[in-house]
Amino acid sequence: MRHLLSAGDLTRDEAVLILDTAAQMAATQSREMKKLPTLRGRTVVNLFFEDSTRTRISFETAAKRLSADVINFSAKGSSVSKGESLKDTALTLQAMGADAVVIRHQASGAPHTLAAAGWTSGAVINAGDGTHQHPTQALLDAFTVRRHLVGTDATGRGLDGLHVAIVGDVLHSRVARSNVQLLTTLGARVTLVAPPTLVPVGVSAWPCEVSYHLDEVVRDGKPDALMMLRVQRERMSSAGGGFFPSPLEYTRGYGLDATRLAALPEHAIVMHPGPMNRGLEISADAADSPRAVIVEQVANGVAVRMAVLYLLLAGEQTNEKVGQ
Amino acid sequence: MTEYLLRDVSPLGEGRTDVVLADGVIAEIGAGLTRDGATVIDGSGLVLLPGLVDLHTHLREPGREDAETIATGTRAAALGGFTAVHAMANTTPTQDTAGVVEQVWRLGRQAGWVDVYPVGAVTVGLEGERLAELGAMAESAARVRVFSDDGRCVHDPVVMRRALEYVKAFDGVIAQHAQEPRLTAGSQMHEGVVSAELGLAGWPAVAEEAIIARDVLLAEHVGSRLHVCHLSTAGSVEIIRWAKSRGIDVTAEVTPHHLMLTDELVRGYDPTFKVNPPLRTQSDVEAVRAGLADGTIDIVATDHAPHPREDKDCEWAAAAFGMTGLETALSVVQETMVDTGRMTWTDVARVLSANPARIGRVEGHGRPIAVGEPANLTLVDPSIRRVINPAEQATKSVNSPFRGRELSGCVVATFLRGRATVLDGGSCDEDVVVAR
Amino acid sequence: MGSATPASDDWSAARVVLGEAEIARALTRIAHEILERNKGGDDVLLLGIPTRGVPLAHRLAARLVEVEPTLDVRRVVGSLDITMYRDDLHHHPTRSIGTTEIPGTIDGKVVVLVDDVLFSGRTIRAALDAISDLGRPRAVQLAALVDRGHRELPIRADFVGKNLPTSQSERVRVLLREQDDRDAVLIEGDDA
Repeated sequence: MRHLLSAGDLTRDEAVLILDTAAQMAATQSREMKKLPTLRGRTVVNLFFEDSTRTRISFETAAKRLSADVINFSAKGSSVSKGESLKDTALTLQAMGADAVVIRHQASGAPHTLAAAGWTSGAVINAGDGTHQHPTQALLDAFTVRRHLVGTDATGRGLDGLHVAIVGDVLHSRVARSNVQLLTTLGARVTLVAPPTLVPVGVSAWPCEVSYHLDEVVRDGKPDALMMLRVQRERMSSAGGGFFPSPLEYTRGYGLDATRLAALPEHAIVMHPGPMNRGLEISADAADSPRAVIVEQVANGVAVRMAVLYLLLAGEQTNEKVGQ
Repeated sequence: MTEYLLRDVSPLGEGRTDVVLADGVIAEIGAGLTRDGATVIDGSGLVLLPGLVDLHTHLREPGREDAETIATGTRAAALGGFTAVHAMANTTPTQDTAGVVEQVWRLGRQAGWVDVYPVGAVTVGLEGERLAELGAMAESAARVRVFSDDGRCVHDPVVMRRALEYVKAFDGVIAQHAQEPRLTAGSQMHEGVVSAELGLAGWPAVAEEAIIARDVLLAEHVGSRLHVCHLSTAGSVEIIRWAKSRGIDVTAEVTPHHLMLTDELVRGYDPTFKVNPPLRTQSDVEAVRAGLADGTIDIVATDHAPHPREDKDCEWAAAAFGMTGLETALSVVQETMVDTGRMTWTDVARVLSANPARIGRVEGHGRPIAVGEPANLTLVDPSIRRVINPAEQATKSVNSPFRGRELSGCVVATFLRGRATVLDGGSCDEDVVVAR
Repeated sequence: MGSATPASDDWSAARVVLGEAEIARALTRIAHEILERNKGGDDVLLLGIPTRGVPLAHRLAARLVEVEPTLDVRRVVGSLDITMYRDDLHHHPTRSIGTTEIPGTIDGKVVVLVDDVLFSGRTIRAALDAISDLGRPRAVQLAALVDRGHRELPIRADFVGKNLPTSQSERVRVLLREQDDRDAVLIEGDDA
């Protein structure tokens, strides 16, 4: 594999290898000396066309812990806002010698285009594209689930037999798309829970179940992990698509509150990719409960991204250009 | 003027005969003809068709000469076997006045490759609010009969009703781009399994079908003539079939790309496959093929939509909608409809020549192959297989969705009123210059 | 994404240079030398370098405990993965990362690195870097089951099971019961 574009591209073996590698990376991060010399002399470019301080910092930390040089290229205040094309930006980065391009873009498929067009010879890592994919988020989620529910000696293992419910705005969520693919690849069962307006047409082809009723899923499905998705308030307005009548109605039907939290199996964990809308999709009770692993997800994000950077960049570089 | 003796050709794929073109008309048809001074073309194995008529071409001039000019686009048309094209109205400035349509018409005549019939805009600036001066365009030298806001839908039902009514005065037709705008705000591709996975905003079939359903009812109500551009879904075919069974005066077109390609091609995010209406599913492809074969769909029109490289060399969402098609249309029809046994060459002549000429009310095109008829003809070698290379095409743009594909059939010669615009598969630049 | 270096192809033409008994004897001798050199095993920490250094370190640890029963075997042995410190990462397919397991701290300890074959010395160079990121041992020593020469760095072993003169192109392979079907040291010549 030369790029990481979609969670759907990963085989089970590849996914497990990333998780295993991430576990080793995580172990190094509890040391006093957190920096490893592994990617010394390699250059990682964070190419962010869309604001995401969290994801950028996570990738930046991961690259720096592996001693790579990091260049942050943000669309804001750069030539991109003056109308420079993705192509010209990529050619510029190529000229600067980027070994990897971590790209966040508001357009679905932009990382594919970057990887396929031959504009850069470096590895392309998708850090979130439109409403399509966010594979490292899914990997860190899978890593977190495996740590908690499969055990510390989980090396080599998938998520077989576990049930994960993903709740919220599936339609616009790259996190949901990536997780459905990755979690099922790893052997877990996935249930999507959302109001019908926030479920994509065509979802029937996905390897998961769909429910419109969170209470039923919590009561009958006994999920081992509950993943709450961020819901954007602007989706309520007619201009934003009018996907649901009011925040209150959404929270009543799909928010995770203390009652629903209590109804979950005792071992179940609560996840959220952040940033959270407290009081909308998740109550403070749930977000701050001991079963919430939301802060740990952030820490695991660094380990998983270190693993991805290591696996894509540490080996010998084939300098061939991919694509048409 | 050069005279031509087409030897041993197969008119509409039936039988073998010789055909003499002289003085702009078909002078003789029969076996064993001779003609002193005529250029002889060996037509054995070649199919003789009436010159093709495209009801839906974007020539881009005036305004986007970086994508196509009337000269390059009409040369591409001739190479594709066309003798007449309808130039869509979404130019800059818009073809919404007599002045602009006459300019396009004149540039077409100067280029000389095919007859150019400008399409007039239905509304001023394609804004969908105020009717353009349809009457003035109809009365102009360009004699506009087809009106369309193509690229945009005439979505206001009142404006659509008025347009349908108004063109009755000069036997015009409204060619509707059926796309309900609210259901397709931000849409990027057909809404279905593939869009769900790719995270591209979906373009539901119902956004097309709802407008078509409304418009056939409006056409029935006001007793006018409606043409539906590039229909792309199985539901649209059903609605047209129903409307025709009720006697509504509606005609419909399908593009070559909707006859062959599906939304599965979007998976690579290659913007070459970004088009409006979007590529649909395999069952839609099956439905439009069946509709074309049984006559529900009247014509194939290219929706040739050239774009400069930079408008396609980018991420999907930023890319322009549209594909080129003039130089591949006949091959796609042969491959999907003739080679599969669903249509004969007579049917091809009907959907690519006679019917579009009738809908556009153009004279001298789409005529039978008979003595005395204008010599607007094209000669096709159906046995050739060729790999499409957009860089070798005459169109100025390279956004062909058939790049790298092997297609059946090749245009060998095209004649416009007896004058060769294409010979031996190449364009006849000198003849055209002489004709000017 | 890559995985571990593929297991070597065909060793049918290889010659056995050490058998099971000889390996056992060599390890016993090394264990005694370690205790002797360090005046007992109190501060000794054996760190095996994956993959085959790890079982060797555990075997040595068992022998130390046999001689000095007061030692806690769990405190005496660990593993040190050096993959991320290698200087040749860019020249091979991506390697999977092994486990580093340090019982307690290495500060103030006498770390004895344990590896199966000492060759160029580059692995040990990487191990020294890895150690310095983990803490500050009092001393670092090196035990190798086989020293085949051809050093490319100023590194030598403190404890050697067997010195095995080889040519550069020959290949040496250590088999251990824990990972392979038997104990043996094999050499495959370039004349094969």
